[in-house]
Amino acid sequence: MSSRDLILARVRRALADVPRDDTPYDQAFARPYLREHGHRSVAETVDLLAENLADYRALVHRCTAGELAATIARLLAERGSAAVCVPTGLDPAWLAATEVTRVPDSAANTPAELDRVDSVVTACAVAVAETGTIVLDGSVDQGRRRITLVPDHHICVVRVPDQVVSSVPQGLERLDPARPLTWISGPSATSDIELDRVEGVHGPRTLEVVLVSGE
Amino acid sequence: MPAFPKAAHEAVHNQTLRGNLRHATHTIRAKRANAVAEVSDWAELREAGKQIKDHTLRHLDRYLVQLEESVTAAGGTVHWAADADEANRIVTYLVKATGESEVVKVKSMATQEIGLNEALEAEGINAYETDLAELIVQLGKDRPSHILVPAIHRNRGEIREIFAREMSEWGRPAPEGLTDTPAELADAARLHLREKFLRAKVGVSGANFMVAETGTLVVVESEGNGRMCLTLPETLISVVGIEKIVPTWQDLEVFLQTLPRSSTAERMNPYTSTWTGTTDEDGPRDFHLVLIDNGRTDTLADEVGRQALRCIRCSACLNVCPVYERAGGHAYGSVYPGPIGAILSPQLRGTGSEIDASLPYASSLCGACYDVCPVAIDIPEVLVHLRERVVQGGAVTREGAKVVVKPAKGHAAERAAMRAARWAFSRPGALRAGQRVASRTRRFHPRTLPGPGKAWSGTRALPPVPAEPFRDWWQRTGGGKLPQGGKDTSK
Repeated sequence: MSSRDLILARVRRALADVPRDDTPYDQAFARPYLREHGHRSVAETVDLLAENLADYRALVHRCTAGELAATIARLLAERGSAAVCVPTGLDPAWLAATEVTRVPDSAANTPAELDRVDSVVTACAVAVAETGTIVLDGSVDQGRRRITLVPDHHICVVRVPDQVVSSVPQGLERLDPARPLTWISGPSATSDIELDRVEGVHGPRTLEVVLVSGE
Repeated sequence: MPAFPKAAHEAVHNQTLRGNLRHATHTIRAKRANAVAEVSDWAELREAGKQIKDHTLRHLDRYLVQLEESVTAAGGTVHWAADADEANRIVTYLVKATGESEVVKVKSMATQEIGLNEALEAEGINAYETDLAELIVQLGKDRPSHILVPAIHRNRGEIREIFAREMSEWGRPAPEGLTDTPAELADAARLHLREKFLRAKVGVSGANFMVAETGTLVVVESEGNGRMCLTLPETLISVVGIEKIVPTWQDLEVFLQTLPRSSTAERMNPYTSTWTGTTDEDGPRDFHLVLIDNGRTDTLADEVGRQALRCIRCSACLNVCPVYERAGGHAYGSVYPGPIGAILSPQLRGTGSEIDASLPYASSLCGACYDVCPVAIDIPEVLVHLRERVVQGGAVTREGAKVVVKPAKGHAAERAAMRAARWAFSRPGALRAGQRVASRTRRFHPRTLPGPGKAWSGTRALPPVPAEPFRDWWQRTGGGKLPQGGKDTSK
């Protein structure tokens, strides 16, 4: 017998006490928990996102669509970035005001090459206000998972309010499980030494989130 | 491994260990309470988590098959391992097939449980732990002592010393003049591990959840080492216990709210990665899922004990446990320490060994672990159930077969006492005579028991014997109804 059949047979024997017509999944349990915590206006939800991102030491900036290019250019300049990794589908207008060298996201880039890039600029798929989380789903304006991992500085642009949801349940609803997802809540952190939180171990040590409003 | 009382006895005399543990567990305990208080529907989330897991376990065969189909459809390969040896053989084979001789690892309880690092090493393959705490443990040639924070028993001074001494043996040495600030220590780990991440061709992970419906695997973490191992290598091998399934994508909404708050006391952990099979030109080209049984189906066969399989490894029960806080994780003789370990290890491994037979007693039954558990595992209930098995033996399932286990050694005195009690309780005359003798001689009773009872009374006060047996009092006073005035033997 294969191990697969062996394990499945053991499971079935172990469950001899469970009736064959045990309640099916859709009737097995209720979902009595909340879809979101508290009642907030749209603006308040965006404020909560900003607050919770900042609480986990992400740097939060707000601007209008018209100011976005200048904001990104300023953030890259303040950081002294010379090279920025760019997802293939990123709106070129976002980087129109900066002169830094662009490194297009490509499967051909080796991890070592990515390690020499100073910054990365991406969009996001959805942001969850209650937990201060941005989620990337690998779409063309967000790029491969590794480009937001290896460079030390990540600028993520969130369109508000349409990309912002209140809660984890609302966030999951908007996401496609078939895509590779990365949920990011603040910069890389560890609490492994005496439970003292330290930002920045292996992922980007600086996360800047730009909340951009308007068309 | 020595039995728990012996291992714990040594640990409680280690002042540094107790100090480190007390600081850590009290810190996280307070933070967790705040994080939980933020969500008003915690009780409902906890109940839903319990019910989802219970439902999944009751239909585990169906969900396993569904998971296999969806992972395969998404481009992954599923392997099944009945025990640790088989799982290790499969992973070793898969690594060798890549032609590589080193792997980078995400912290994973399942791979620790099966001793994967040692098995790989025996085949000439180096496995590098990349979680900071696991790195500290690995470099210190130590054993993990906590599910979430394996190096919780080490303080910053000890960690600095380990890094300065050992890093050069494994790769990039620690920077000159390394101090013991957590930021500098974390930075040393970053530099040391980055060279390994950037060249790694094979990653090994576990998973926090597997979604049967979609074939999606989920890893929650903080540092980004998980993301490194999950996305940079060409081959990814995930070793996961068969109980880690949830039926649907929507079910994650419960656990992604309860797990971070219960484990690290955060609204959300810094990084969560989900992957469904393989994705063209993003992440590993080959994905292998190794599903391990290793005692889980035996645990499932126990109607009381199976609730331990609901565990999502948050470790909240460790942080509130008065026994864990004083004894430390090593005393439990298992990769699963603390209250959950005390019920999980003897079920996964059986109660045949001295350590496993002692674990159901590694508790004061105070119930704090149950209160804090985000999937409502009634740990005290299972502990008492397992104590019964240890003392009385009985029918259990081992490696899929029903067997009858004998009572564990070392409980002879307890059983003899129970037999004597049964004899006395069925002979009212003898019981009455014995009780009267006990009352009249109470002045001369020793403070500790002689013989086999000595160890028991060494840590407990003996109950005082009343001046008059209850049955005599009842008869004399008509159950307390007659006026007082009869002979008062207490004066």
